[in-house]
Amino acid sequence: MTEKDKLILFNPLGKNNPITVQMLGICSALAVTSKLEPAFIMAVSVTAVIAFSNLILSLIRNTIPSRIRIIVQLLIVAALVTVINEILKAYAYDVSKQLSVFVGLIITNCIVMGRLEAFALGNRPWASFLDGVGNGLGYAVLLVIVAFFRELFGSGTLWNFQVMPQSFYDAGYCNNGLMILPPMALIIIACIIWIQRSRDKELQEK
Amino acid sequence: MNFLRKYIDKIKPNFEQGGRWHTFRSVFEGLETFLFVPNTTSKTGVHIHDANDSKRTMTIVIIALLPCLLFGMYNAGYQHYQALGQYPDFQTTFLFGFLSVMPIVIVSYLVGLGIEFTVAQLKGEEIQEGFLVSGLLIPLVVSIDTPLWMIAVATAFAVIFAKEAFGGTGFNVWNVALVTRAFLFFAYPSKISGESVFVRTDSVLGFGAGKITDAFSGATPLGQIGTATQSVQITDTIGNTLSQWDMFLGLIPGSIGETSKLCILIGAIILITTGIANWRIMLSVFVGGVVTAQIFNVIGTTPSMQIPPFEHILLGGFAFGAVFMATDPVTSCRTRNGKYIFGFLTGTLAILIRILNPGYPEGMMLAILLMNSFAPLIDHVVVEGNVKRRLKRINKR
Repeated sequence: MTEKDKLILFNPLGKNNPITVQMLGICSALAVTSKLEPAFIMAVSVTAVIAFSNLILSLIRNTIPSRIRIIVQLLIVAALVTVINEILKAYAYDVSKQLSVFVGLIITNCIVMGRLEAFALGNRPWASFLDGVGNGLGYAVLLVIVAFFRELFGSGTLWNFQVMPQSFYDAGYCNNGLMILPPMALIIIACIIWIQRSRDKELQEK
Repeated sequence: MNFLRKYIDKIKPNFEQGGRWHTFRSVFEGLETFLFVPNTTSKTGVHIHDANDSKRTMTIVIIALLPCLLFGMYNAGYQHYQALGQYPDFQTTFLFGFLSVMPIVIVSYLVGLGIEFTVAQLKGEEIQEGFLVSGLLIPLVVSIDTPLWMIAVATAFAVIFAKEAFGGTGFNVWNVALVTRAFLFFAYPSKISGESVFVRTDSVLGFGAGKITDAFSGATPLGQIGTATQSVQITDTIGNTLSQWDMFLGLIPGSIGETSKLCILIGAIILITTGIANWRIMLSVFVGGVVTAQIFNVIGTTPSMQIPPFEHILLGGFAFGAVFMATDPVTSCRTRNGKYIFGFLTGTLAILIRILNPGYPEGMMLAILLMNSFAPLIDHVVVEGNVKRRLKRINKR
């Protein structure tokens, strides 16, 4: 792996994070992060979809007329999402039921289309694949952080294991119902953005 | 007062540039300008100079809130002893209420002011006085049995995210006290609504121990209306029918400061005569509420629709919200016509939520917060309308 490849792979984890910097894919980050398990599955699915759609599109990029490229992109993404959906239904039925429409809605995830348009159309397959994996991981990191706080404070559990000790509840502690509601995901993402920008002056908008 | 002035002048050099306690300059400045009107005025821009600076404004609002606070304390004790079936003398009743309300006031101020002071120190700015009022409003709009740590968490959330994140006092989009309540309401719904939180049935520091009478039910009047299936007789917690006079005086269960319309009226008179709060907003909130309640009264298919408009205003936090929350100069409209629109819609929405959404027996909080979000838009429309009208007039000539 060259220096450039490394940059493509790891930049989306921090300085070019799809959620906190590119501001893409926020909707699904709000919808699926109330529990850690579905958030993780979602993150893996999205990573797979971005990586492979980037790869496929990059392979055929020189044969697509620019006028119909959006349709071709949608077709590739839709096919991959259908495959993922079927795999989840076969091997992780409960989570698939929890995620319900949101797996299907990966098609509309702005990160997928964004990376196809911005990167895969103009780069070689290997670089495109790495870019897809990197952006998927950047999305995954954010999802897992948000889901961690939301599940911990909203349900007192992590990955469905009780983490908050019973003695807390006996002492008057209550789960925070607001954490389960989408607005709190937005506020947690806002906090992450706040911390990231105050540490990294380059990212601050003028 | 002279000795205080002299003392402050004596210790002042310590806090100036190069002084021993220079780091705490903003804390000192905040306290000094709180005690004495500062001698300096702004030097740039066009300002209307008035002896009434924002610290004095806040103090008057606090004075206007005091009747509600004191009555809220008495009522907390009264409700408690009524639930126990005891009727002790005035002092005991008030003492119980004082002991149960005071911790909430202290926690709200400690957390809120703590954050404000810290932020001011970090930014090297003056301490803003906005939390003086919010800190007293918060205890008045929560239920008496809300756990203190929840109030601390909610206050911290509201001050950080609804105020400091937007730039501090004067820049907040929503009323800070109501954001605190909204946080409590959505995060811990069982602790701020329902039947068991509006009357304290436990003893406080050994005071007021006893067994609850069998007839006791802690439902507030609005709670009773919300859960009723047919026409409803509003009662107090032990089953006596409440008249409109009782609702006005306020010895009924509810959030700490909202029950007595008499005390709210006193507060409203103080605010209006001193020119601190705007009567246009207050008036139009009440008009909006009455009109909406009257319309639903004509339809009259559910118990809450059948409540006469006048009682709708007497119940719950409607009057308190109209007088102390909707009139918040920062979060309400600034234009005159905008104020009428803002107030009317707030009143309308509050009654709409009450009547049409069985999940929320009280809608004042949500109505004000929603209208807070729309206030800048209303102002924009009013100002633009004015510009257009005057342009037309000029072009005619």
